[in-house]
Amino acid sequence: MKKAIVSVFARDARGITAYVTALLAQQEINILDISQTLMQEYFAMIMLVDLEACPLPFHELAEWLQEKGAERALDIHIQREEIFEAMHRI
Amino acid sequence: MSYLMNSSEILQTIQMIDQQHLDVRTVTMGVSLLDCADTSVERCAEKIYDKLCLKAEQLVPVACGIEQEFGIPIVNKRVSVSPIALVAASCTDEDYTPIALAMDRAARQLGIDFIGGFSALAQKGFTESDIRLIRSLPQALTGTSLVCGSVNVGSTKAGINMDAVGIMGKIIRATAEIDPIGCAKLVVFCNAVEDNPFMAGAFHGVGEPECVINVGVSGPGVVAHALKACKGEKIDTVAETIKRTAFKITRMGQLVAQEASRRLDVPFGVVDLSLAPTPAIGDSVAEILELIGLERCGTHGTTAALALLNDAVKKGGVMASSHVGGLSGAFIPVSEDAGMIRAAEEGALTIDKLEAMTCVCSVGLDMIAVPGSTTADVLSAIIADEAAIGMVNNKTTAVRLIPAIGKDVGDRVDFGGLLGSAPVMPLHEGSAGEFISRGGRIPAPLHSLRN
Repeated sequence: MKKAIVSVFARDARGITAYVTALLAQQEINILDISQTLMQEYFAMIMLVDLEACPLPFHELAEWLQEKGAERALDIHIQREEIFEAMHRI
Repeated sequence: MSYLMNSSEILQTIQMIDQQHLDVRTVTMGVSLLDCADTSVERCAEKIYDKLCLKAEQLVPVACGIEQEFGIPIVNKRVSVSPIALVAASCTDEDYTPIALAMDRAARQLGIDFIGGFSALAQKGFTESDIRLIRSLPQALTGTSLVCGSVNVGSTKAGINMDAVGIMGKIIRATAEIDPIGCAKLVVFCNAVEDNPFMAGAFHGVGEPECVINVGVSGPGVVAHALKACKGEKIDTVAETIKRTAFKITRMGQLVAQEASRRLDVPFGVVDLSLAPTPAIGDSVAEILELIGLERCGTHGTTAALALLNDAVKKGGVMASSHVGGLSGAFIPVSEDAGMIRAAEEGALTIDKLEAMTCVCSVGLDMIAVPGSTTADVLSAIIADEAAIGMVNNKTTAVRLIPAIGKDVGDRVDFGGLLGSAPVMPLHEGSAGEFISRGGRIPAPLHSLRN
């Protein structure tokens, strides 16, 4: 498994989760865990995903997600999970 | 073991990067140039260019890849090289500037931000090559834009080479007269370290391997943010909060260092645990000191607050990394720290207080603009004071002063980029000319005899 964290930040609107998960499915990305919250009117979604079957190299995927996110005024980032593990787990 | 997703931790990390200026300040590749010796300075320079372009070819692409995959900015990619006074020792030419030009060309070719190591180690005396290098410094530093130089003039073991102290005052003065920005790339050290990834003082020490990766972390903004939640708490809580934050910052640096080392197939050297500020608002060491409870950085209490900060940063960081080295502590450059600039402009922060602060922080009098009329003797005397602090306290100290030619107290000098801008600070008026002109060597202190 090649795990990464996808984070999505935006002003809340209908259909954000559907839109983002469809993007991930399009790139053969499997979602392992998902959590979403509303902070005032801001929408924050965090997903743990598996990139094993994704055909795109990491940097292209990151750019593609950012572009696709920008089309709907979403801030989508993807980062390798190791950074979070390093920072918060001993 | 895989990471179990915890949204609040993930959000915390993302906020540190997005809003609190968390970054890896530098990935620095150290390269030994000891095999580039030649009797001709031009041939030596050519060998240096070729070796750097070969060894560090992948540094920038690999660092950019890590940046993108981990989502953590790596602000600078740098190279440090063996002290050029050693590499060029067999050259018969007097002027080493062609080597600096070759280093500058290589740095541009590689796309790196700085290259350090136009340096000499003269703590106990000069070799002929040390003298040639030192004399080449004004031309070498002003004729290039990415080359940094340093001279070690003292150590706890060797004492202080007062001849070197005397010459360096003149060299700083001569460099400033050509172009003051050259002085921003020149550091005078006592107890220089061999694995420092930070500029302008980085060089690749003689005890280092052929090639090595050292990483310098940063994060004053993250510490400041954490301290905002400690208002009214005891000082113990402040120390504990800084420790915890430094741990997280350093873990990220360690991850980046290991990843860079693996991808470049170059051994990992150290993580330098320094809190390095930038001129950006919210990325200031002075702000941390003010959050600890000072109305303005530089007032009474500043030294104690800085001592606590410096110690807590090390204690938090040391468990987070397998190898800690470099300078490791809090940096207090004036021009590179918005809070320091403000304090100096208001008159709260003086050169004397800065000198006191250097007794307890990781480096020294850094990026301070002094009046253009400052004589070489005065510059040397400031270097001597700072070197004495380093020698006696068994720590690294450094001096990076910029004589602002044509300007006086109250004026401001702009350096641009990470170097920031600084108000010209007043100095004492009495002369130390007779002291400096004596020359010779200040004997090493008693506690250097540890064997």
